[in-house]
Amino acid sequence: MNHDPFKWGRPNDATYGAYNHHIAQATPYAYEEQHASSTSTTTSSFPKMNTQNPIITGTSVISLKFKDGVILAADNLGSYGSLARFTNIERLIRVGKETIVGISGDISDLQQIERILEELETTQEVYDNFDGGDDLKAPHVHEYLSRVMYNRRSNMNPLWNAIVVGGFDKDGKTPFLKYVDLLGVTYGSSTIATGFGAHLAVPLLRQLIPEDKDYVNITEEQARECILNAMTVLFYRDARSLDKFSLVTVKNDGEFKFEKELRCEGQRWKFAKDIRGYGSAQQ
Amino acid sequence: MFRNNYDNDSVTYSPTGRLFQVEYALEAIKQGSAAVGIVSSTHVALVALKRNAEELGSYQKKIIKIDDHMGIALAGLAPDARVLSNFLRKQAMTSKMIYNKPISTQSAVLSIADKAQENTQSYGSRPYGVGLLVGGYDESTDSCHLYEFQPSGSVLEYYGAAIGARSQAARTYLERNLDTIRGSEAHLSQEELIVHALNALRDTLAQDVELTYKNTSVSIVGKNTPFALYDDENVQQWIDKLDAVSNSRNRSNGDDDDDDEDDNDDNKDDAVKTETGATADAGESAADSAVGANIQTDAGQEDRMETE
Repeated sequence: MNHDPFKWGRPNDATYGAYNHHIAQATPYAYEEQHASSTSTTTSSFPKMNTQNPIITGTSVISLKFKDGVILAADNLGSYGSLARFTNIERLIRVGKETIVGISGDISDLQQIERILEELETTQEVYDNFDGGDDLKAPHVHEYLSRVMYNRRSNMNPLWNAIVVGGFDKDGKTPFLKYVDLLGVTYGSSTIATGFGAHLAVPLLRQLIPEDKDYVNITEEQARECILNAMTVLFYRDARSLDKFSLVTVKNDGEFKFEKELRCEGQRWKFAKDIRGYGSAQQ
Repeated sequence: MFRNNYDNDSVTYSPTGRLFQVEYALEAIKQGSAAVGIVSSTHVALVALKRNAEELGSYQKKIIKIDDHMGIALAGLAPDARVLSNFLRKQAMTSKMIYNKPISTQSAVLSIADKAQENTQSYGSRPYGVGLLVGGYDESTDSCHLYEFQPSGSVLEYYGAAIGARSQAARTYLERNLDTIRGSEAHLSQEELIVHALNALRDTLAQDVELTYKNTSVSIVGKNTPFALYDDENVQQWIDKLDAVSNSRNRSNGDDDDDDEDDNDDNKDDAVKTETGATADAGESAADSAVGANIQTDAGQEDRMETE
């Protein structure tokens, strides 16, 4: 066996000829560079490569419907690999009067989406808000984002994010909560979490809301308690998380509450000393 | 002989500050047969009078569906209206596709207004030769709207509007009946709305013409009412609800001496319009017949483009 990892999974040189190392060195600009300097035709024949992985990342967004609104929460960490690089990243974005967008994944793509949403808001405000009633509602924002995400993935250049859109349906009363990710996949549910939270927080959220329709029995207080608890548990278990987070509550009476710099309260780390099998305590 | 030097293109102003090409386009609307629209608080009705080029030919379509919540009625060059309606349909589909939202009537009509305005200030293009009545129901505001679109790019909202040949007569009817149609106590049913629209349309008829299932188009759209178009056999049910199918002036008590001059040609009147409100009928037709005679000598029937 060839023990050089760079040779692994590559076609056998003897059969296919030498491996084209330009492939590994392809950049988003390779195509443009090649066409700019048309004199040197000897450069890479490999056209172009887009984002293959996120760089600065934000972890889970968790969210719940309750009987008269939605709650979203996301921590303020921007990780660079396993390094907690930035601790002041705001990942919940307000769009219009009553819609909140929570974004996990690549932070630079988050900033791009922030700009797209701002443009969307401006366009609607200027061109489509004549009677003062034609607001940008959550279903419209979600549909638009899903088109953006699917378009980008179809161009093989995805925005590396998973997004939760919360707000109200076209009737302005029914809570709305839907997901869209870098593949353009969408779904709606009464409990949505992205990233690590999809594994760890969703079961906790579903303890409160076992089935989609059950959100109508949940009060704001119950929903809030459940979200706060889930944020604490995520901080225990998710190594890319922070105990400082933002929390947004939107209610159909018009209240929009944006709380920043909340802390995971009542942490109890006693369980940690008993954890075995990884980290510094091997036995 | 006098020749107008300032109408060769649509970008040159005359010394008096007019754009003749744009004004000619507005005239083209008046050559087309009439279309009438009315809004109640819950519905919009569009009705129109269709023309056939010859006895054995078919009638030109006058009302076009844009989406489940929107339709247009046209007067003027039908091919131009087709281009605009195709564009509107595209806009409506785009809105559904990317926003999951039916396009609002106002943003739809402003989108074609922008297109039309561009033609009034670019060299080498001509203004659209068609006027439209755009009626639609807006889900987001739960309201109905009726707009008149003109080739100049101007858009105005109306409770009741009429465009096309002899449309002043229809406007007069609408003005006289505004209170019953739009008054604070008026809650017209779809049926009453359509009957009012057809009554207005009826007043635009030439003396020897009646509303028939062949020459009448009716459409309605509104709250919980997807756009519905009634043509041919389907329109008879609405015509049956009218007390009469001919122009009210022809049925009046012998006081029709000024109407007699009105029937020389459908296309000629409305070339000049006197805006004198309720009394316009009588004064208008007298003035028109005089002007109509002039036009007949100037422009032969042959080089006039067919308008609907």
